[in-house]
Amino acid sequence: MIVDLPGTTTAAVNKYLVKLRHDIGAMTLGRVLTLVIVVDGAGAESAIETANDASRQHPCSIIALISGKKTGANRLDAQIRVGGDAGASEVVILRLQGALAGHGDSVLVPLLLPDSPVVAWWPGQAPLDVSGSAIGQMAQRRITDAAEASSPRAELTRRAETYQPGDTDLAWTRITLWRGLLAAALDQPPYEPVLKAAVAGASDSPSADLMAGWLALALQCPVTRTRTRAGTGMTSVRLTRPGGNTDILRPDGAVATLSPPGEQGRRISLDRRTTAECLADELHRLDPDETYATTLTQGLAMVETPTRKKESTP
Amino acid sequence: MFEPIWNANYVDHVQITMAEDIGIGGRAGYYDGIGAARDVIQNHLLQLLALTAMEEPVSFQAHDLRAEKEKVLSAVRLPDDLATSTVRGQYAQGWQGGEQVGGYLDEEGIKETSTTETYAALKVGIDTRRWAGVPFYLRTGKRLGKRVTEIAVVFKRAPHLPFDQTATEELGQNAIVIRVQPDEGVTMRFGSKVPGNAMEVRDVTMDFGYGSSFTESSPEAYERLILDVMLGDPPLFPRHEEVELAWQILDPVEAFWATQGRPDSYPAGGWGPECADAMMRRDGRTWRKP
Repeated sequence: MIVDLPGTTTAAVNKYLVKLRHDIGAMTLGRVLTLVIVVDGAGAESAIETANDASRQHPCSIIALISGKKTGANRLDAQIRVGGDAGASEVVILRLQGALAGHGDSVLVPLLLPDSPVVAWWPGQAPLDVSGSAIGQMAQRRITDAAEASSPRAELTRRAETYQPGDTDLAWTRITLWRGLLAAALDQPPYEPVLKAAVAGASDSPSADLMAGWLALALQCPVTRTRTRAGTGMTSVRLTRPGGNTDILRPDGAVATLSPPGEQGRRISLDRRTTAECLADELHRLDPDETYATTLTQGLAMVETPTRKKESTP
Repeated sequence: MFEPIWNANYVDHVQITMAEDIGIGGRAGYYDGIGAARDVIQNHLLQLLALTAMEEPVSFQAHDLRAEKEKVLSAVRLPDDLATSTVRGQYAQGWQGGEQVGGYLDEEGIKETSTTETYAALKVGIDTRRWAGVPFYLRTGKRLGKRVTEIAVVFKRAPHLPFDQTATEELGQNAIVIRVQPDEGVTMRFGSKVPGNAMEVRDVTMDFGYGSSFTESSPEAYERLILDVMLGDPPLFPRHEEVELAWQILDPVEAFWATQGRPDSYPAGGWGPECADAMMRRDGRTWRKP
């Protein structure tokens, strides 16, 4: 069910939500968190779709804040989606125009679920200081996506400078399975120290940058990050130990080959994860991600970049 | 189910909130010089406090009910240091619910030098065997985040949790929230394990809503009062003793505030001045987000 409330106020939206709850038994109050999506007009529909998918795992109340043009009169248009049109959630879409577009936090306050955590997600361009922004300050968890930035590596540097507990990035969530595989590979004999590691991935893949940072920090060994063609994502990780190399290769973005030293390569399904999966993962835990924090603030700086293409490093 | 835990052994503290999203509207002449404490705390919030904290009346006859309310009100004690246990605020201009609204001092008919408070918060104790040591936090204000009246009874944490630290990072305190309006009902908050193989406990809610359990709607608040007057059945009306007791609680606070100059300002559309949060922090607690 979709209800449009053009030219409205948050008080009217709230009233309508209570009425809907009474009439059709849609229960926002049973939800455990509010997911706020901060997005511009173009990316809105796909972001809401993604959030709906994620909400099947974590029922939540979704508020999409769509900022329109900043000139002209203040205007708030709302749309409420419940039932089949909203996955396992209740979606409130708020389109802001005029000076109001710069004060999204004010329309948010009355619509948040009582006493529940707030998770903010910027599917596109995130503010420069995520945790310092008005909406960021309301949220326990702030999810950004460095892969959407025009310069992902520079974006990570900025995230590191402004990091606050509760910040997280989908580029980090995308490598969770990779990290699991690598950790499992080192859990098998021979238990030798890793001498050096190499990460190859697309030049525009912040995930590969984070992977290199994580390895540098966790293994305390030299790590190089080489760049492949943009758009290919993470392609390979090599861990060098006295007994030989352990490789994970994923050339096609779907199936990876894990080759421990002296063994036949094993094929492993390692699809590039969808944003909805990553988002659901992020909603799973609402406490600060400490491994991400140290990777971002300490690990990244420890990575060596081969000087084929000059890249600004912190 | 509730009576055995309705006391200081289990209850950590109680928060009673009455928030309005509107400003003073056209009531400048009435409101200025009166303020939120006299307008709301003295009558509404202290009545809610009395109803929450009173012993079970022997019957629902008016005089029995009033007797219990008076007992509670006569036992209400203000803390010694009013500077750290009371807060005043005055709304400044800001964005609220999608509209830019002016501050209190910009309202028509308000002098620029007005020190009338539009936000008031207060911590009181109740010196009875049942409630000794349990702070009751009352707050009210205009131009706050949303219109809501709620009583939250917040329970003590379990003395020992058999989980490791990361499992309970997101676990808050259990609470019973009585929603007086809007969406009348009761919410219980407690922890539940998040499904999956990791051990993690998160707050969830269990909910009762009048609107979803009964299709017949409750009469409007004033309908009920007017009916009671016509029938001569007054349990909901405070008797003059109750009113006097309520003023006895509030008078020292008003007298103290009168010596303190201007109230702190807070942006419209938020949840009150920073010093109100500071007051809770000093006690190791936080205001709920209603």
